Amino acid sequence: MTEPTSEQRTQSLQGLGCKRKRTEDIRFVQGKGNYVDDLKLPGTLYGDFVRSPYGHARIKGIDASKAKALPGVIAVLTAADLKPLNLHYMPTLAGDVAAVLAEDKVLYQNQEVAFVIAEDRYAAADAVELVEVDYEPLPVVVDPFKAMAPDAPVLREDLAGKTDGAHGKRKHHNHIFAWEMGDRGATDQAFTQAEVTIKELISYQRVHPCPLETCQCVASFDKVKGELTVWGTFQAPHVIRTVASLISKIPEHKVHVIAPDIGGGFGNKVGAYPGYICAVVASIVTGRPVKWVEDRTENLTTTSFARDYHMTAEIAANRDGRITALRVNVLADHGAFDACADPSKWPAGFFNIVTGSYDFPVAHVSVDGVYTNKAPGGVAYRCSFRVTEAAYCIERAMDILAQKLEMDPADLRMKNLIRREQFPYHSALGWEYDSGDYHTALQRAMNAVGYRQLRTEQQARLAAFRAGKTRELMGIGVAFFTEIVGAGPSRNCDILGIAMFDSAEIRIHPTGAVIARMGTKSQGQGHETTYAQIIASELGLPADDIIIEEGNTDTAPYGLGTYGSRSTPTAGAATAMAARKIRAKAQMIAAHLLEVSEYDLEWDVDRFRLKGNPESFKTMKEIAWAAYSNVPPGMEQGLEAVSYYDPPNMTFPFGAYISVVDVDVDTGVVKVRRFYALDDCGTRINPMIIEGQIHGGLTEAFAIAMGQEIHYDEDGNVTGPSLMDYFLPTAVETPKWETDWTTTPSPHHPIGAKGVGESPNVGGVPCFANAVNDAFRAFGSTHIAMPHDNWRTWTAADNLGLHAA
Amino acid sequence: MSKMQVSMTVNGTAVEARVEHRTLLIHFLRDHLNLTGPHIGCDTSHCGACTVDLDGKSVKSCTMFAVQADGASILTIEGITGADGTLHALQDGFREMHGLQCGFCTPGMITRAYRLLQENPHPTEEEIRFGISGNLCRCTGYQNIVKAVQYAAEKLGGKLKEAAE
Repeated sequence: MTEPTSEQRTQSLQGLGCKRKRTEDIRFVQGKGNYVDDLKLPGTLYGDFVRSPYGHARIKGIDASKAKALPGVIAVLTAADLKPLNLHYMPTLAGDVAAVLAEDKVLYQNQEVAFVIAEDRYAAADAVELVEVDYEPLPVVVDPFKAMAPDAPVLREDLAGKTDGAHGKRKHHNHIFAWEMGDRGATDQAFTQAEVTIKELISYQRVHPCPLETCQCVASFDKVKGELTVWGTFQAPHVIRTVASLISKIPEHKVHVIAPDIGGGFGNKVGAYPGYICAVVASIVTGRPVKWVEDRTENLTTTSFARDYHMTAEIAANRDGRITALRVNVLADHGAFDACADPSKWPAGFFNIVTGSYDFPVAHVSVDGVYTNKAPGGVAYRCSFRVTEAAYCIERAMDILAQKLEMDPADLRMKNLIRREQFPYHSALGWEYDSGDYHTALQRAMNAVGYRQLRTEQQARLAAFRAGKTRELMGIGVAFFTEIVGAGPSRNCDILGIAMFDSAEIRIHPTGAVIARMGTKSQGQGHETTYAQIIASELGLPADDIIIEEGNTDTAPYGLGTYGSRSTPTAGAATAMAARKIRAKAQMIAAHLLEVSEYDLEWDVDRFRLKGNPESFKTMKEIAWAAYSNVPPGMEQGLEAVSYYDPPNMTFPFGAYISVVDVDVDTGVVKVRRFYALDDCGTRINPMIIEGQIHGGLTEAFAIAMGQEIHYDEDGNVTGPSLMDYFLPTAVETPKWETDWTTTPSPHHPIGAKGVGESPNVGGVPCFANAVNDAFRAFGSTHIAMPHDNWRTWTAADNLGLHAA
Repeated sequence: MSKMQVSMTVNGTAVEARVEHRTLLIHFLRDHLNLTGPHIGCDTSHCGACTVDLDGKSVKSCTMFAVQADGASILTIEGITGADGTLHALQDGFREMHGLQCGFCTPGMITRAYRLLQENPHPTEEEIRFGISGNLCRCTGYQNIVKAVQYAAEKLGGKLKEAAE
């Protein structure tokens, strides 16, 4: 029998770069996933909320007597029950507090007012209808631009007299924070001297991540042991455990938090919500497990939101198209409580990535956060913190500048993209971009779609439209984005004071089989498959012999969870580092077995071999057995390691996207003819999974750009709080995606990977928006706001006089 | 709350139970029969995560009462896997073509695609997209789901076997 070649041995590992089929699919395709609502504990009770129909109202009284009299109803909790426990408010990640159950007044529609606990779901729902709440409606503020008017109603009476917020002085009773970055003076000066400037209010509407599985949990308190177990839809289960311990005063080792399979998260499942707290309290009170499962309307209207960013962008430039300065002032609508999910020191997330992929010499950005009568939150819906807002802002602004300069949008970008030799690049707003080759990416994208021919076709179409021969306009969307992911270095990233490292623990059994656990938590990203590929390549053991476990906080090392495309940059790095610790020990064992010096050995795919004598080797499998049976004198048995990885910097994935749309001006229908996405996420671990992530992210970008909005009317009602109105594209509307890539490894990541899950949302949204806007560019329109649904597109055409007889 | 006797065949097994009139079929399957493959993703019959096969038709089990299924023959994702544990061509196809990510829509999606291929063993891409448009997926962008259904259609070669019937 001939020994397999090194290449054959590499392939059999199914390591880095391999399109390995997913481990987790085996259970999912059989309906054998284990999601929270699948959990059945004996004696489980069900919780359900009484919610406010008003956007802003004083609570004058709550009468739960009829509800309590209903058979099957165990209890009805109100703020009066939680207050003695100091649990009627909970701390938020943003340094504010949020009501768990409303005490004196409600601040947004569907806010939680009472929690009914009953023997089954149906009895709980019946009882909710029977709780009588007496409300006195109050004036409502839903427009963030009116929140800081001198006579605006006071929303947060609990903050009366509090002039200091979590991030400095508050300017007004409805003001939360002011935040700025960059050089204001130099930016102002550049604008004074500018040959050309543009200024545009670019609003990014309020949307919701809407994963197919809503937020839910089961809480079970064991009175005898004094231990609490909570199963829940948690993207960051360890953080939930620490928060649960801090606010419940149950010692952290007696709090067991478990995140089982999660049906999509997209940022929605990062935060802590009143349902979790109420389920825990209900379980402590009743001594029985309590399940809380929100319905879709509750999900869309209460458990957080994303965006609601109103960005006034200005660019200064020379007449030849060279950009000289960027200024952005943002009004951020955070809703009724500041529950924004950002690292503690970043009230506007990483919005200072707003200089994008361009070499701005100077820039200044300021953000003011305000309270309104809307749901609290501010999660990153499939993007790193406020990065999609920033990318939308700069990519729209660059197109508007191109229009003013009468330049092609791609040419303007080419002229101003950061050049390859400038990396590591220090941006005017304080980031160090790790690596990139932007010009190559954009040129490749332009070549792939035949960009110049498309522009020629567009001109012909426009001429035909003007001649009355067609009613369709053609739009070409160009977007070049830089993501900032992998939060993050402990020097500037923490959550509630805990550094944003992440972790991996790898244990190799005597037979060479492996179990590894991480501090992150997959919600569909395929961690069970990809982390095993990293270990396979690092340790020369087949990926199929490696089990990855996440989500059980009793067994997994502490980590900060999965969001902001941080899993690969942080826990993926920790996985490689832990594997390398194991390999170092394995080398000593191999040397012992071969009776040579470890320095005479070299690594070869799945073994250590003697330099100059490849016939003399020990495989990792042999070494694993020896680790438990024949270790060098003085060495401890076992073969395992743990790594807590504090990344030295963020990673900066990037990409060039081009789309082509046809717009029917009479119906407002926008047909996506083509969408090409080139992504560079550094080293590629599993190309199949990467492509799947790109497809999914582009589809979410399509949904946001073309239809999603959580809209409030002036009375504070959410006008479309179900899937009747909230746009989730079906297979029919969803465009076909063309994907491509370049590979520019991160210089500071152990395997050069950067993260990818959220790039397509960040680049996709402006690419669609630019395409629709581009269709109308010839008629003098500078900016049409999202979402580009048929009605808005028709209205835009109408406003431009394109429907005139 | 008064109860009513129902009997039906679920995944080839006769089932009898007493249920409240208002018990939704999805809750009957999940909570009474422990068939947790079908999921609940909305309250308005849009998402299709709860799709089951009822008397040869795709049905959203959140939108009918258990009592309405009295006498019916129901197939869920659990019955699409062969009794010996063999995966159906669709289940293979979803894995081979990366037609799933979080897995939450997958049971409903596969159950719907199963009926689609009975109705039309050789669907075009457009027919697949239309045929699964009652089932929402938030992760995949559908492109690989289409490929998964095509994979299964090809593998089955038009010769479809009814599972567990």
